[in-house]
Amino acid sequence: MNFEYVFYLLIFPGILFTALLGFVIGWVDRKVSARFQFRVGPPITQSFNDFFKLMGKETIVVRGGLGPLFIVSPFIAFSMIALVSAIIGTALFMGAGFGADLLVVMYLLMIFSVMVVLGGSSTGNIYGSLGAGREIKLLLADELAFILVCLIPIIKTGYSIRFEEILAWQSENGAIAGSISGLIGFLIGLICIQAKMTLPPFHIPEAETELVEGPFMEYSGPPLAFWKLNHLMMYVVFPFLLIALFLGGFYLQGMGILWAVLKYLLIVVLIIIIKNTNPRIRIDTALNFFWKYAAPLGFAAMILAVIGV
Amino acid sequence: MGWYNKRLAKSLWVFHVSASPCNNCDIEILDLLTPRYDVERFGIKLVGSVRHADVILLSGIVNNKVAPFVKKIIEQAPKPVFVVGIGTCPASGCCFKQSHNCDHEARKEIPIDMFIPGCPPAPEAMIAGIAKLMGVLNA
Repeated sequence: MNFEYVFYLLIFPGILFTALLGFVIGWVDRKVSARFQFRVGPPITQSFNDFFKLMGKETIVVRGGLGPLFIVSPFIAFSMIALVSAIIGTALFMGAGFGADLLVVMYLLMIFSVMVVLGGSSTGNIYGSLGAGREIKLLLADELAFILVCLIPIIKTGYSIRFEEILAWQSENGAIAGSISGLIGFLIGLICIQAKMTLPPFHIPEAETELVEGPFMEYSGPPLAFWKLNHLMMYVVFPFLLIALFLGGFYLQGMGILWAVLKYLLIVVLIIIIKNTNPRIRIDTALNFFWKYAAPLGFAAMILAVIGV
Repeated sequence: MGWYNKRLAKSLWVFHVSASPCNNCDIEILDLLTPRYDVERFGIKLVGSVRHADVILLSGIVNNKVAPFVKKIIEQAPKPVFVVGIGTCPASGCCFKQSHNCDHEARKEIPIDMFIPGCPPAPEAMIAGIAKLMGVLNA
């Protein structure tokens, strides 16, 4: 029984599977972005090479920084993402619970952002602390809309917060994105995960041209490798979360496998298109967008879900 | 270390240090990232922080003012790191070599691993130079 959970966490839907899929999707992201700009793009092993190259580099801890926190925060963030991937993955692939539900996933994802803030502010670098401050503001901006979006499937399925119950409801009654409230929720959720993954146009905390990667500026070697791996694993975790909540999960038999791949690629390609066609927005624009438009729309969708539309 | 060097050769992240250049080489370096040359094919990426760098591209004569900072930046990079002098300036001072602020002693103290001469070097020459660095790493 317990041994099963270790396997879930370490190998199949957990760390190994998510990391390998993340490497491939990281390549897809860079390749599609390159094709957008009429370039050729990197080879398929690129993310793998980047990760193992960084694993062998020297780790520098800045004297003005807070060393232990600086070193530990990427690994805590990694464990959060690994747990989330195991929770969502077991629900999607095995239809079984990992002993955790949607609320736990929301908390774990919040801890991930908190670790980015702690890691960034312990670098002893002004750009790092600026990036950490912006990460907090971005978290404040997107969290409300994200929570409202996550409430829609909960309400639709008769107030159940367990992934396997949400998926079972959807296999009986069709995907939640098929209804009006579900569709609105899915679209807002897509923008929210863009902000959660700090991808353009919401790469405000780690603006490469302005804050030189912000919180991750002073990182080098294995801790930087783990930050990069966290971001690659997010490319798996967040689309899986949306698929589980709105698109009805996977049915891994016959044509179902093709549909599963198509659902995942649909979300990833939408993310990459939004990423490549939008410039970075200011932090006040992001707050305006999420609090004035996305959150009220999410709230309206939630009301619709309560009515049953 | 052979396996690791092969990984390193396929993912060289480049950091650009302008040590008082005339800005010509800098523009040519940016040319490398454009669709025509696209060095991302080889896994080369321009990074903004020296902590992420594997290759430091140094352009310009190293004058009195920037020499200490250039040395500091190279010390700040996580090892292994390679310093590549872009253009004739880091090699010899080019047409500025008799200039009053060109500090030849300071320039010679900087540990440059490879020179890509030219004023400015063509992007093809820079790609050839990086490919030679990869060849050394892959050997």
